[in-house]
Amino acid sequence: MEFAVLLLAPLMGAIVLGFYGARRWAPEANVGFSLGTFLAACVLTARVLREGNVIAANEQFFIDPFNVFLVVLTAFVGFTTAVFSRPYMRIETEHGRIGRGRLRLYHSMYQLFMATMLVALTTNNLGLLWVAMEAATLSTVLLVTLYRTPASLEAGWKYFILCGVGIAQALFGTILLYFAAERVLGAHGVDALLWTHLVAVKTELEPRVLSIAFVFLLVGYGTKVGLAPLHNWLPDAHAEGPTPISAVLSGLLLNVAIYAVIRCKVLVEGSLQSQLPSDMLMGFGLLSVVLAAFFLWRQRDIKRLFAYSSIEHMGIVTFAFGMGGAVATFAALLHMTVHSLTKSAIFFAVGHAAQKAGSQRIEDIRGLITLNPTIGWGLMIGTLAILGLPPFGVFASEFLILTTAMRQQPWATPILLLALGVAFAAIFSRVQSMVFGETTARRLPHQPALLPVFAHLAIVLVLGLYIPPYLADWYRAAARLIGGG
Amino acid sequence: MTGMPFDLQLLNACAALLLLLSFAMLSQRRIVSLVNLLALQGALLFVATLLLAWRTGQNHLYLSAALTLALKVILLPWLLHRMIRRLEVYWDTETMLNPASTMLAGVVTVVFAFGLAQPIAALANTAMRNAIGIAVAVILLAFITMITRRKAMSQVVGFLSMENGLFFGAMSATYGMPMIVELGVALDVLVAMLVLGVFFFQIREQFDSLDLHHLESLREDR
Repeated sequence: MEFAVLLLAPLMGAIVLGFYGARRWAPEANVGFSLGTFLAACVLTARVLREGNVIAANEQFFIDPFNVFLVVLTAFVGFTTAVFSRPYMRIETEHGRIGRGRLRLYHSMYQLFMATMLVALTTNNLGLLWVAMEAATLSTVLLVTLYRTPASLEAGWKYFILCGVGIAQALFGTILLYFAAERVLGAHGVDALLWTHLVAVKTELEPRVLSIAFVFLLVGYGTKVGLAPLHNWLPDAHAEGPTPISAVLSGLLLNVAIYAVIRCKVLVEGSLQSQLPSDMLMGFGLLSVVLAAFFLWRQRDIKRLFAYSSIEHMGIVTFAFGMGGAVATFAALLHMTVHSLTKSAIFFAVGHAAQKAGSQRIEDIRGLITLNPTIGWGLMIGTLAILGLPPFGVFASEFLILTTAMRQQPWATPILLLALGVAFAAIFSRVQSMVFGETTARRLPHQPALLPVFAHLAIVLVLGLYIPPYLADWYRAAARLIGGG
Repeated sequence: MTGMPFDLQLLNACAALLLLLSFAMLSQRRIVSLVNLLALQGALLFVATLLLAWRTGQNHLYLSAALTLALKVILLPWLLHRMIRRLEVYWDTETMLNPASTMLAGVVTVVFAFGLAQPIAALANTAMRNAIGIAVAVILLAFITMITRRKAMSQVVGFLSMENGLFFGAMSATYGMPMIVELGVALDVLVAMLVLGVFFFQIREQFDSLDLHHLESLREDR
């Protein structure tokens, strides 16, 4: 029941807003549908807490400790982003950047995107997971090109082609996985792609086939995570689309993609009994962290800057999953949560800041704190949080990852520390000049919604100081499931 | 080839023709012909699926065959031809590599593909395990087609050809994926085409051309 509401609420939203998405009440309806999804996610969570894992719809969908917190997180950020998007898109319309038809497209696709991500997270069928990931790309391509500027069209094209080709590799990986599973689970078993069945027989899967499959799956889904050197689409798509979309791409889609990688990794690791999957994850992760940190220095566009920061953080998460073990996996899950909350909060603040300055170029945005202290402080605090300053949650997770790295992979620690330091200097110097200094901003026709920014940052702060026991239990249960001991 | 049943020979012939078509696509510069080659590839897939369904007696393969016929032989080529007419893009400009080097790269790719597929084919017990190498080759050749072309339309044809290769790979390794997945993939491909249709008109409106060199301004130093 909760499942049905969780998946059908955004789907209904997509259909309704597809017809009425340009009406005056459409932004409120968008918030309403997202709230419905979030409430369904909460009820579902309560049920999981009470009864344990849930399997539904002929085993096609399931909830376990690993995906339950991602479902809640996705639904929550989806809801707050809808709240933020209400005044944001109204201002964009009044500034004449989009017309009524495009507003309809935007609202409808926003809900559809939420639906595809929730399907990807909750499906038990690795084939459906692929279908949902591809659908998530397709539903956002036209959002990236919403402004129809030459740059946005280019970003949209890159996004479509790179992610399309990437995801095609993942399909081949899925085919190989099915091929290996069929030999164990019996020919033409409809359950040969169901994760719950696969994980039960993971040690019997043919290791040679699975190692080839994993390369394709990692490259495929890794493209969507934005792992270097497959990250090219990410900064463009984040910078050129409307800001609410940047927030959900960065905060949610990357998480979902990493979720897909880890689900596959569990199977492959069980079959291979070797370090190969872990080493590959660590390698890709470390490369992404380092590359992103140095590319940060060359950015002049504020949204591109934070897009590269997302690549960096996804690299950290991937590296931590690659290290494995209870602590590192726990930290990786925590990092996914706090990154998603902090980064979307930053994008909310950046969105309104760019609207005030009338430009996304860093040098055009000055003195936010004089004209609108809440945006200024929101951006500043968000930046400090994402850079890993205590007492925010990002500090806690990065600290755990670094200390584990010192014990398990000492060679990687100096590289990680250096990259984090470089990133800190690059981002902080730019944001500081935007927040302080002479102002160039203008007044906005609608009151910006800054509650989501501070709500997210408050949660991140709490997570840095104190992780509630049930949440910690979840993370631990998920870490056990992923094979972290 | 003695002792090989006739239908199996026919299947292998389909596989070989599929590979040949991929090479033809690699060198074809006329976009209309490129789409026709793609439709022909789809038709071969349809025949191969039908033969396989008949041979193995699996009913779901008839359904996949019908889906292939509807989507890859009729609907997608029709959509592409319509787009070509309305956008008036008939020729691709010079490819990034000259034809000789493209062909050479193609040959090397095929060798690599067979090497990659070897361990998989050794484990398969389907009737057409030898075709797995061809499927991988079709995927990789489509990939080369995509990276050597400048026109958006040819890249899309390459993309669809890659999907054909994936379909053929699933077919030869495991007699196709579960029906629900196959339906989902088909839906995704169809939606992708529709999204692209909209997208092409946006590009066209903005640049008056579908040449991708207009789309190269997003560099790091912006």
